[in-house]
Amino acid sequence: MRPPQRVAPPYSPLAIRYSLPIRHSPVQSMANVTLRNVRKTYVGGFEAIKGIDFEVGDGQFCVLVGPSGCGKSTLLRMVAGLETITGGEIDIGGRVVNQIEPADRDIAMVFQNYALYPHMTVYNNMAYGLRNRRMAEDEIKTRVEEAARILELGAMLDRKPRQLSGGQRQRVAMGRAIVRQPKVFLFDEPLSNLDAKLRIAMRVEIRKLQRRLSTTSIYVTHDQLEAMTLADILVVMNGGQVEQIGNPLDIYQKPATTFVASFIGAPPMNLMPLRSELKSQLAGDARAGEAGIIGIRPEDFVISNETVSGGVALGLTVEAIERVGAETFVYGTRQQEMQGVAATPGELPPGEVIVRIPGAIGPAIGERIRAVAAPDKLHLFAADGRKRI
Amino acid sequence: MVEHRPLTDFIAYAILTLGVFIVAFPVYLALIASTHDAATVVGGHMPATPGTQTLENYYRAIFVGGARTSREPVANMLINSFVSAIGIAVGKIFISILSAYAVVYFRFPFRKTAFWIIFITLMLPVEVRIYPTYKVVADLRMLDTYAGLILPLIASATGTLLFRQFFMTVPDELLEASRIDGAGPFRFFWDTLLPLSVTTMAALFVIQFIYGWNQYLWPLLITTQDSMQTIVIGIKKMLATTDELAEWQLAMATAVLAMLPPVAVVIFMQRLFVRGLVQTEK
Repeated sequence: MRPPQRVAPPYSPLAIRYSLPIRHSPVQSMANVTLRNVRKTYVGGFEAIKGIDFEVGDGQFCVLVGPSGCGKSTLLRMVAGLETITGGEIDIGGRVVNQIEPADRDIAMVFQNYALYPHMTVYNNMAYGLRNRRMAEDEIKTRVEEAARILELGAMLDRKPRQLSGGQRQRVAMGRAIVRQPKVFLFDEPLSNLDAKLRIAMRVEIRKLQRRLSTTSIYVTHDQLEAMTLADILVVMNGGQVEQIGNPLDIYQKPATTFVASFIGAPPMNLMPLRSELKSQLAGDARAGEAGIIGIRPEDFVISNETVSGGVALGLTVEAIERVGAETFVYGTRQQEMQGVAATPGELPPGEVIVRIPGAIGPAIGERIRAVAAPDKLHLFAADGRKRI
Repeated sequence: MVEHRPLTDFIAYAILTLGVFIVAFPVYLALIASTHDAATVVGGHMPATPGTQTLENYYRAIFVGGARTSREPVANMLINSFVSAIGIAVGKIFISILSAYAVVYFRFPFRKTAFWIIFITLMLPVEVRIYPTYKVVADLRMLDTYAGLILPLIASATGTLLFRQFFMTVPDELLEASRIDGAGPFRFFWDTLLPLSVTTMAALFVIQFIYGWNQYLWPLLITTQDSMQTIVIGIKKMLATTDELAEWQLAMATAVLAMLPPVAVVIFMQRLFVRGLVQTEK
């Protein structure tokens, strides 16, 4: 690890360097973003980011997901240049940007609270960054109007942010990013201030827009559903470290740790210690020797009296039922093994198991059922949960 | 919530009316006194209705000055007061907004120290540091000048604290968005912070204009020429006669005139206040 670099604080009177790069080329330039052993240690000694490596390819949509406090926003802000980098390198389009001002990194950022300039009209909000770059006024007009057309903001250009709804403000924030035609879009939980319905609509729009512009994007969220649906590359973070990187479906199907297993997927994967009765059921499985924890997704259970060879059968007492229409969630407790695995996010109480069954028909509360999972649906982890077996 | 019931409403209005009466009666008295001739005012029985000398009194007060005290006419004093009050208000806003910007947004060595030093000056109003301040102003040959009236009163912690509190409520994301938009420290200040601070500036302006207008001790000390005296001192001097009767009707007319600019400032600026309160969003 290289020694932490001394970086002048932003706006320090000693370190004000403002160059004004102007790109007249209408062609979108594209860029990879590479993080090499990136670290962030605060003055007090708290290590927020503990050495992160990954690469986002040109035009890819990368989502950083994790529980609050896992460092995902800090990492994004380091890419943006709003937080200093205390170790490692961040490379945007082949240029190490550690010491470069945010304005000169060729990025655009969409903030959680939009951060629109309250006293400027929508037009000026979008034009501001371009004016600061001394772009010609007619070019600014072309770009803003194009962005307004894409985002359907044409009628709002003369309004102030306070006259707009949450969704419209969100669009303006996006517009401000688009007009810059940057190499990289950075999104910091941009949808978390919107209501559920609008969030889904905007999620789809962000994805479409990103495909259309094919601009490299890094998106931070704590919502695993947003992460799954948006990402080309999903980076699951926990405690300042990367838990797993990969294609969202791969991560869903083969979570590397119990943390990822319980964080990705809703309702979360059932995680149980592999002991006595369960262990004997898995006697034929070669992996069972090393494993300490078994995980089964709620949708991988079938309620049945038959036993699948090599699979697992759990005897459950139904405690609660949630009918959503298309599917039903059955919450049961196991008779044996009353102690579960303490998986951090969205975990279940010890001994509780969720079974997802399609349709609206299911067992009654208090009924005793048998939930069966096939051998290829079992996820086995080492006893500390850090390794998939 | 207090319910609106006729009896409570009545009591509330009665108390308010009494309060207004207590505050307004002396003002009314001054107004009445300024419309009578000297004899009536000094006579001991102040009439409750306006007299006939209004134009004459105000004309003399504004343009001629007192006959027996040979003081400057009020017009000149009004100008002096106005220049120094505006100077103090504008100067204070200018200095405080810049120092608050530095304290809130810049990270420099001894930032906390600087802030606390500014804070401590709250305990040192002009009255406390009057001798050293007088010495400094005298050495700089600023006695009997507008600079001497204004400069020592400009530096203050109140404005800095007010702006600091306001700046702390401005979301950090606005600064970050500005930085990404390529705005340097000055552009952020000018393009974003200043427009957002308009209502705070208006509030400070009103407070400081009145503070400057009402200054008594400081102008009394450093102005010796009549041509530089402010209206507040003018009123005092009109009453300081040796053998003769004070021209109360002129003094009262002057007092009424002295009240007008602060009232005008409050009335005019109140609109900005209200507008500022309505658009709470930052």
